[in-house]
Amino acid sequence: MHDESILRVENIRKAFGGVQAVKDVSFSLSKGEILGVIGPNGSGKTTLVNLITGFVRADSGNVFFKKRNIIGIPPHKIVNFGLTRTFQIMRPYHSLSAFKNLIVPLNSPRVRRTRSGKLGDIDAVAIDMLEEVGFERDARVPYKAAGTLPLGYLKRLELARCIALRPDVIICDEIFSGLSMSEITSLIPFLEKLQMEGTTMMMIEHRLRELFKLANRLIVMNFGEKIAEGIPVEVIENQEVKEAYLGTATS
Amino acid sequence: MVGEEKRKKRLDRSIKVRTEGLYALSSWGEMAYLIMPRLVLILGLLFLPLILDMYWQRVLCSAGIYALLALGFDFLAEYVGLVCLGGAFFIGAGGYISGLLNAYLGWSPLLSIPIATIAGAVISTLILLPCLRLRGIYFAIVSFMFPLFSVYIIIALNVFGSTEGISALANLPNIWVEQYLILGAIILSLFALRRLVHEDIGVIFQSIKDNDQAVKASGINITVYKAKAVFIASLIGCFGGAYLSHLYGWLGLSLFAMDFSILPIAASVMGGMGSLVGPVLGAFILTPLSEALRGFGQLRVVLYCLILIGFMVYKPEGLMNYLERKYHQFEHWEKV
Repeated sequence: MHDESILRVENIRKAFGGVQAVKDVSFSLSKGEILGVIGPNGSGKTTLVNLITGFVRADSGNVFFKKRNIIGIPPHKIVNFGLTRTFQIMRPYHSLSAFKNLIVPLNSPRVRRTRSGKLGDIDAVAIDMLEEVGFERDARVPYKAAGTLPLGYLKRLELARCIALRPDVIICDEIFSGLSMSEITSLIPFLEKLQMEGTTMMMIEHRLRELFKLANRLIVMNFGEKIAEGIPVEVIENQEVKEAYLGTATS
Repeated sequence: MVGEEKRKKRLDRSIKVRTEGLYALSSWGEMAYLIMPRLVLILGLLFLPLILDMYWQRVLCSAGIYALLALGFDFLAEYVGLVCLGGAFFIGAGGYISGLLNAYLGWSPLLSIPIATIAGAVISTLILLPCLRLRGIYFAIVSFMFPLFSVYIIIALNVFGSTEGISALANLPNIWVEQYLILGAIILSLFALRRLVHEDIGVIFQSIKDNDQAVKASGINITVYKAKAVFIASLIGCFGGAYLSHLYGWLGLSLFAMDFSILPIAASVMGGMGSLVGPVLGAFILTPLSEALRGFGQLRVVLYCLILIGFMVYKPEGLMNYLERKYHQFEHWEKV
């Protein structure tokens, strides 16, 4: 498995003042798998994402992406290697229409390199891409200002901005949170399709039932530490995980 | 009226297609609806010199410089998210370079102005480069500092004529060249910027304003794009400065005067932030107004403040945004 790993995190640490947000976390991501990351609120999941993608500088530790150590490399460069992320708190360009939101990733060095000037009409490409993530292809929705779109669309938009980069790895930070059951069930086949096409995914989630349908493997975090790792059915039977979520049996 | 039902319809409804800046025109009337305001602006600016007397023609020239600065300020603030109070630095950089090329090397203004425009913009961009990581008020404060700081450097090093400045620079050939040069520059940069903000690069600028972290997450180096935006705005500003030193035939510390940083803001607020045309309009109202009130001396500043406060409280959208909104609400009768 280690030969196949596309992303490997080694003993990464980060403290904010006196709070040890992430403590010696190590794991690896094999090519083509979906890794779920779960844990109670404040357990350091989002910080972990920020550390891997370079948005927050790690105190110590290494992150290898495609065998290259990416610690200390600025986030926009990491993205161009093929490691992208979504944001838990969505960050649409609210004054731009939905499809114009995709103009930004479509102008990144990574996409420019692959398209080498023969992409054609960039607006049309953006609208196709929105359709891919489940926007209606009609005269209105893709043209609405992103600030006016409902939550479900914003999550899809967030995902579309990643897909536009044709990444090797996508880190989804709570892509299901705040969505209705029907919105989630319509998103799941899309994520499965992405996996079939060879995209590796790391999904931070609180919606465990939906995550278990997708994830090949899980890691569990609590107080900044990785407390368990394995296939979903094993992990939820783990005593420490039960305690992290439900409290200790004696209390 | 029997048999002939009519209803009111907004003019812009029938021609707007889905997204900003895209129209479907089916009659001359509709085309005129779009072209008229632009034509009025261009022709209005071009005819202005013909009806003014000598004194007001000079005022027009300096109003033009403020209009360029206001345009650059509005572009950076509303389309890139950089509130830049360093207008005076652009004027100073452009003015000093152009003036010095003329005084020391004897280059004609027709050569020194374009060179000073580009060189000044390069210098301004390089100097602001380390500050581009800052956001909001922090960038504003730092950019405000540069003109002040340049003044003291020139005095301390005792170079470029120090506090006296250098006089007897070559003037532009005549008053008509002076006027049409600045008006041409305004029209050119106005329409170029309006085009630019809808291009891909403009969309990226807007995205940086909306959310810079997300732009990073899309693999784009935001510092590079902010620098490009600053370069564009400082090109416009430095042209103004280069032009100014040849207009007065003089260069000195007052090229770094705070007026050049402050008046464009007042003009933008009054004219309407984000409309690009508005700030130009605002500059063409405020500068002659301040000229007409010259008798009041320093009290003019109080007047600026009053205008600024008045607009912020009672018409925060500014003149141009208000007019534009009203223009699009024009209705016409149509048969049903």
